[in-house]
Amino acid sequence: MSYFSKSPWLIHYDGSSCNGCDIEVLACLTPLYDVERFGIVNTGNPKHADIFLVTGGVNTQNLPIVRQIYEQMPEPKVVVAVGTCACSGGVFKECYNMLGGMDKAIPVDVYVPGCAARPESIIDGVVKGLGVLEEKAKALKEKK
Amino acid sequence: MLDIDFSSVNIVSAILYVLLAPIVGGLLAGVDRVISARMQRRVGPPLLQPFYDFFKLWEKEAIEVNEAQSFYITGFLLFVIITGVFFFAQGDLLLVIFTLTVASVCFILAAYCSNSPYSAVGAERELVQTMAYEPMMLLVAIGFYLKTGSFSIDAALNAPTMNLLYMPGVFIGLCFILIIKLRKSPFDIALSHEVHQELIQGMATEFSGRTLAIVELAHWYENVFLLGFVYLFFAWAPAWTAGLGLLACALVFFNDILIDNCCSRVKWEYMLASSWLITLIAGFVNVMFLMYLRVL
Ligand code: SF4
Repeated sequence: MSYFSKSPWLIHYDGSSCNGCDIEVLACLTPLYDVERFGIVNTGNPKHADIFLVTGGVNTQNLPIVRQIYEQMPEPKVVVAVGTCACSGGVFKECYNMLGGMDKAIPVDVYVPGCAARPESIIDGVVKGLGVLEEKAKALKEKK
Repeated sequence: MLDIDFSSVNIVSAILYVLLAPIVGGLLAGVDRVISARMQRRVGPPLLQPFYDFFKLWEKEAIEVNEAQSFYITGFLLFVIITGVFFFAQGDLLLVIFTLTVASVCFILAAYCSNSPYSAVGAERELVQTMAYEPMMLLVAIGFYLKTGSFSIDAALNAPTMNLLYMPGVFIGLCFILIIKLRKSPFDIALSHEVHQELIQGMATEFSGRTLAIVELAHWYENVFLLGFVYLFFAWAPAWTAGLGLLACALVFFNDILIDNCCSRVKWEYMLASSWLITLIAGFVNVMFLMYLRVL
């Protein structure tokens, strides 16, 4: 096991979510759920992040922004789509400006469904993401 | 040849510093995070979390903005270590303070060398911080000179009386600027460990992967000798005062964590004004008093 799963740093971006999922993401940081127990830190900086936690679907406005954040994250990195909107577009899917779920913009590794996704399932999703992160780190090492 | 040369003893402690300071500094960072979490009624990360973070950052891909950045960052680490070596070799206090300034200049240049607005603003704020704490640092050195008759740290540690008794004001001033130096709220305006602030990460915005790991390591090295300054006030000739010095370091560190968790960040004007005021009232008046004692 490498150190990636012991110190996953997140960046959280709100695509076009209704803010329901964002509040649940922030709830994970409160004393009740306290994700820092697992070494998880909510950074605001893509260059420091390992896990991209994205809520809401992608639309024509935020498409370049989501891509840019993803590009700025150093390898290895994992994308966790939180909430039904991020998974598929959810209730906003039929809107004229919507392109759909986050996987229309960037490669998504873990889908966390729910409207809004509960803090428990968000933490579960991140933990699942850690496994992917480990694999990617290993693959990166072998490539070198 | 049984007589022990004292300069070689100092070299031993300098070598010990180079080897052990990362461990002590990392543990201090871990203790800081755990205590902060407890103050917020959270469980908090494991004690060794800073080391996990460090090794993870080390393994990550480093996106260097340009070549100058890693050069300056390496310079920062190097000069911080040299400062600490001077300090633990019980050299000259003035030399320690000036080398520390060179280290912070390296760090500021590293933040400036990318054209990210966040790190540029962070670097500007760091310059303001340097302006805020530097006068007090000099007064600390002058205070020790007036008390012991020498700038050497060796003389301060072997003083016949407790240094604190003669310079309580200088000590208060030092504690005040230590909040700035340890990057604690309310003065963590340039670079904060509480992430997600208005400046993203301030100076550290453009550092990633291995570069960021080196910055962390340099901060661990730095924090150890910064607390060493506190030690100088409490330890004097008798050997048992070493314990007193360490206890004082622990208390000051705890106090800074407490302040960190109680205060919100202030504007730079306020930081500059308050630290200069404290420097003037506590530090300068104390130094005047010491000068008066010398004349007597
Ligand atoms: S999944 Fe539900 S709660 Fe989450 S952003 Fe979409 S609509 Fe809001």
